[in-house]
Amino acid sequence: MTKDKKLTPEAIVKSFKDKFKTKIKDAKIKKRPAGIKKNQTANIWMKIDKSVFKDAIKHLCDLQFPHLAVTSGNDLGKNIELIYHFTVNYGTRMEEINFNISVELPKSNPEIETICDLIPGALITEREKMEMLGVKIKGIPDDKRCFLPDDFPQGVYPWRRDETGVEKLYKNLHEVKK
Amino acid sequence: MKQTATTKTSYHIPVGPIHPALKEPVYFEFEIDGERIIDVNVKLGHIHRGVEWASRKRNPIQVLYLAERICGICSYCHPAAFSLAVEAAADIQVPERAEYLRVIQGELERICSHILWAGVAAHEIGFDTVLYFTWQIREKALDLTEYLTGNRITKGIMTIGGIRRDITKDMLPRIKRDLQFFKDNFEKLRHIFLDDKTIKMRSQGAGILTKKDALKLCAVGPTTRASGVKKDVRVDTSYFAYGDLDIDYITPDVLTGNINGDVYDRIIQRLLEVKQSIDLVEQCIDEMPAGEIVSEPKIPKLMNQLKKVNGEGVGRHEAPRGEVIHYVKFNGQTENPYTWKVRAPTYNNILPWIPMLKGEQIADIPIVAASTDPCMSCTNRVAIVNNNSKYELTKEQLHKMSVEKTRRFMK
Repeated sequence: MTKDKKLTPEAIVKSFKDKFKTKIKDAKIKKRPAGIKKNQTANIWMKIDKSVFKDAIKHLCDLQFPHLAVTSGNDLGKNIELIYHFTVNYGTRMEEINFNISVELPKSNPEIETICDLIPGALITEREKMEMLGVKIKGIPDDKRCFLPDDFPQGVYPWRRDETGVEKLYKNLHEVKK
Repeated sequence: MKQTATTKTSYHIPVGPIHPALKEPVYFEFEIDGERIIDVNVKLGHIHRGVEWASRKRNPIQVLYLAERICGICSYCHPAAFSLAVEAAADIQVPERAEYLRVIQGELERICSHILWAGVAAHEIGFDTVLYFTWQIREKALDLTEYLTGNRITKGIMTIGGIRRDITKDMLPRIKRDLQFFKDNFEKLRHIFLDDKTIKMRSQGAGILTKKDALKLCAVGPTTRASGVKKDVRVDTSYFAYGDLDIDYITPDVLTGNINGDVYDRIIQRLLEVKQSIDLVEQCIDEMPAGEIVSEPKIPKLMNQLKKVNGEGVGRHEAPRGEVIHYVKFNGQTENPYTWKVRAPTYNNILPWIPMLKGEQIADIPIVAASTDPCMSCTNRVAIVNNNSKYELTKEQLHKMSVEKTRRFMK
């Protein structure tokens, strides 16, 4: 846990691009000012290829042990996108960087490796992605359901937008039965 | 009793889904050897209401009010984080005065929440006089909230691009008077919690979370700061007016000189944060610039602007319990958000319960679990299962065990 090393957003992006080259598909740095003094906070949005996902997270842990806020997910039609929201550089006044790593998985085989061995705090959010998006997390230490009840039907994933979504289970309570 | 004769083998006690220490349902399964906790398993989701899914059928302004209803105590934090996320996605600049007003509301909510927590913690170890004393202070904070927003709990003050109500000059004397009241009572509260021998005996060395565990398990808020991790969104980043204000990290060593990461440190942490909040509100009142309070007062115009947005944004705000983060994605085709992900602070503070509770006694469950200020809810029973014979501990019994332990110390 190298907490003393401070990184700039540009240095982080460069370090990833040097290491993974073309596997980094897109990297944007967005800065938003706030207040009277217009101090800025940086957001990095980085899209990476699935094949280097685990190595990329390892690389980030080597740079500086990050804080994983949460993983969010999008159903993009053919693909499922997972976005890992990390923060680095916390502990110094206004130095923190939001680091969002996104990875796309094909819906035909939505598999990704676990990062629980690197960041144990990822367990709950990974379990949530398994039940909500139907993503298979390889090597997860605990694959039980987390938020959904045990009697919830198998093969239905609430965050999906296709036939495996929850539209069928939804009742329009405001509609009066005739 | 037969059960006490066979203490060699460990047994399991399910606690919850409804439990005294928590204000909302969560289910624990404890593996117990005698009085000691060996292992803990947590099950969640008893009140999963599909809020994120419901947002697909609502436009951003409607989602604002949905977000407000995620949690009763954090009814400002969720719309705040959602607004920040939408503003980041649509690149909306908020007027400076609104940024300061937003800080005042956020800090007032922190005062309410931390004082409420102090009362609950005192109740868990059997000091009900302190519960009434703290809630009396909280009542004043709620009155002030009502004066400023028109509502006591669900405030309806946040809007995308600003805030809905201004603080005018004639409101300032009342705010200053109430802040003085908090300051006067803060000293009393500090004396009760930090100098009392019995509270020290119950809380020192109980429910320890080491700095290493806090980092590894990604704990947030007062829970992680009490273990010595300097992580506070208000200080780490520049959002609202926090970038302009004089604010620094608070960890318990400010007061005591060292960090243990136990329940006592978490009490110190929250009390110090109440003081910090009072200071921040005062700073805001002094430094607040004049001007507009909302970037676009016409809602249909704002909706039209949001409809065209194709992008994503993240909003983070330091809620009383820790960092709350919202992710919003718009696809530019509908006015409703395409994806909305809410992460409340307790989500990250669940895994740290496991190292905290391991090795503790059953009577310590309420205070240790309450010390992270979990935001789930409500009361009922504990069932103890031992070799197929089942007996239950009601909320009253578990609470009684905790109170009895305090009484033993007082003798």
